[in-house]
Amino acid sequence: MNYTLTQLFTFFGVVSVGTILTRVLPFLVFPENRQIPKYIKYLADILPFTIIGMLVVYCLKDVSFVKSPHSLPEVISIVVIAVLHIWKKNTLLSIGVGALLYMLLVQYIFI
Amino acid sequence: MKAKKVALLAALPLTIPVLTGYIVLGTAYGILMDSKGFSLLWTLFSSIFIYAGSMQFVTVTLLAAGFDPIGAFLMTLAVNARHIFYGISMLKQYRGIGNVKPYLILTLTDETFSIVCSAEVPKGVDRKWFYFFISFLDHLYWITGSLIGGILGSMVEFNTKGIDFVLTSLFVVILINQWRSTTNHLPAVIGIASAILCRLLFGPSNFIIPAMLSILFFVTVLKTPMERGKLL
Repeated sequence: MNYTLTQLFTFFGVVSVGTILTRVLPFLVFPENRQIPKYIKYLADILPFTIIGMLVVYCLKDVSFVKSPHSLPEVISIVVIAVLHIWKKNTLLSIGVGALLYMLLVQYIFI
Repeated sequence: MKAKKVALLAALPLTIPVLTGYIVLGTAYGILMDSKGFSLLWTLFSSIFIYAGSMQFVTVTLLAAGFDPIGAFLMTLAVNARHIFYGISMLKQYRGIGNVKPYLILTLTDETFSIVCSAEVPKGVDRKWFYFFISFLDHLYWITGSLIGGILGSMVEFNTKGIDFVLTSLFVVILINQWRSTTNHLPAVIGIASAILCRLLFGPSNFIIPAMLSILFFVTVLKTPMERGKLL
């Protein structure tokens, strides 16, 4: 990729500042001495469970069911991850096998 | 000095799962960055100052699409908006913790959050240094992993096609872990359904913010039944 140093510095700087904002915001809004409202506490309990599902969909946003290979590499890999994880309950094993299988599928089988 | 050592020894075992995860994912990130022609400098810069795994993977995709800092900024807010919820969850625990607080806030990743939100400070261990070392060790693992990847990638020729699926795998596994940890599956279903619906309606590049609004809407509307417990 052909970008100038300034462009890259701007780009990575902007992403860094954006990330910092998302992390600092709650602590700015609720400094040490301020009460945390009930609704915010409720959101804090519930939202982590919704956000991960959204991130899975985000990762798969460019997958097409219509065009070849009809999302088969993704579907096969995710089914294998799910079965392996429910069976062995080993996070790293599931991630490792899932990613390697997907790489094999897209590099050798569904080219 | 002694208080720090005790805290380090108490924090270290808790971070071992993150050690392995971050070395693997960090290495994948380093290799990916190298394969796209980025020097080690940018890999390090990202891992130290962005330090948000999924967003770092996304930066590679964004740069492939062209230079668009405003788009990148909005994307960062959308992808990392979940940090707001981690921050909200840690407001109480991090209160009155002293001068390490800014560092703890800036390094609150998914994985660090998953440790600190459930870890109890052991007896006789200084709370401040305990939390500091969990955050610091995780940060160190991530930087080390991406360094290994960047160096390895420049020495060996890899066919990296599909390597970013590491991230998909990670989220799928976290999703399964969460699903099994609770009897109320409605939040997960709301998240997935909102995202799929908005992806279909708004297309692949503009659906994250509508999806978040949709999640917020359903979670708010269903607050009362949700708090009563079992729904799905």
